[in-house]
Amino acid sequence: MESIAWMAWTLPTAIFFALLACTLAVMTYLAAAYPEAERVGVLRIPTTRGDRVFISLILAAVIHLLWIGLIGTDAIAMLPVGEEGLEISSLWLATAISLVMAVIVFRTV
Amino acid sequence: MEKTINQKAWFLVLPVFLLVAFSAVLPLMTVVNYSMQDTFGNNQFFWNGVGWFKELLDPSTDLGSRFFASLWRNLFFSAAILAIEVPLGIVIALSMPRQGWQVAACLVILALPLLIPWNVVGTIWQIFGRPDIGLLGYALNSLGINYNYVSNDFDAWATVIVMDVWHWTSLVALLCYAGLKSIPEAYYQAAQIDGASRWAVFAAIQLPKMNRVLLIAVLLRFMDSFMIYTEPFVVTGGGPGNSTTFISIELVKIALGQFDLGKAAAMSLVYNLIILIVCWVFYTVMTNAGVERPMKEKKP
Repeated sequence: MESIAWMAWTLPTAIFFALLACTLAVMTYLAAAYPEAERVGVLRIPTTRGDRVFISLILAAVIHLLWIGLIGTDAIAMLPVGEEGLEISSLWLATAISLVMAVIVFRTV
Repeated sequence: MEKTINQKAWFLVLPVFLLVAFSAVLPLMTVVNYSMQDTFGNNQFFWNGVGWFKELLDPSTDLGSRFFASLWRNLFFSAAILAIEVPLGIVIALSMPRQGWQVAACLVILALPLLIPWNVVGTIWQIFGRPDIGLLGYALNSLGINYNYVSNDFDAWATVIVMDVWHWTSLVALLCYAGLKSIPEAYYQAAQIDGASRWAVFAAIQLPKMNRVLLIAVLLRFMDSFMIYTEPFVVTGGGPGNSTTFISIELVKIALGQFDLGKAAAMSLVYNLIILIVCWVFYTVMTNAGVERPMKEKKP
């Protein structure tokens, strides 16, 4: 662990990157196992699954930043975990919106 | 059945990916890690959640105001140099000779500014523009124009923009010239037979044929100008005041000047996202421009 101390890992960012790596691994597997055809959707551009993942990820980043900038990150709920409870930030709503948007992107773009 | 795309060839870029992982992906992951934490040095980090992003996106804070000010400044700079360099580059490319020894001479002369390192270009213009010993500054002041890039905002901006135009218009011109050279002679002959005007030839033949190279030129120049650091840093140092402090200069000030790694990481991630979006939009729009595609009929 000493050798990667400079990378300043934290559990949340590690989980984030692990999920990202899983997504990419699944996409790689899908592309190899089930080759697909390009499709033209509402944006009128040909897209593949990879393009749609890219658009979804960029959209998720923008949605989260807009949420932080315009709405903020106040707590919306408390989970009864531990002694003080676990605060649930309203930012998770942005995450939910991002997931819905990702589904929409995969269906329509 | 539509033709599927075999993506398996991508496995061949795996070695490159591993190399890039070390040179780019790992550092980028580190930046993400930094953006969520605060540090006082000595590799001690404290969790800060999205605190830096909150501060960054709130123009009423010090970090937010600096970020947005330098962002607008930088976007204006990029727009200004693109608005000058692209038309100028096209005009230069159109007026270049097509054959004979003049071609080589023109290409070499045009390529010269591109070969000069950024900091040297900065130093050249820093001295060139000085009112006491610089040719440009001295000449302008002798003509009665009060020019001083150290104390006047407008002069500083003019110097930085003219410097960038001097340095990089050649790139646009050379790319356009390459695009023009690829147009078969038959197109021009057909236009001549039709009695097309000079403007019609440009609008109907030359400009469409330069589409792709212009896309590359605009993309390259936008990205380069959006991350410009060395030249304005050498010439104006971001001044007078903060008037030419572009986003990368601000970033370096925060990261290395104040050693606020968390703030700088958050800022560079947002900076990166903007570049990513702009590049994707540019590329998608230009590669699909003029292609008519009917939307696929939905099956009932």
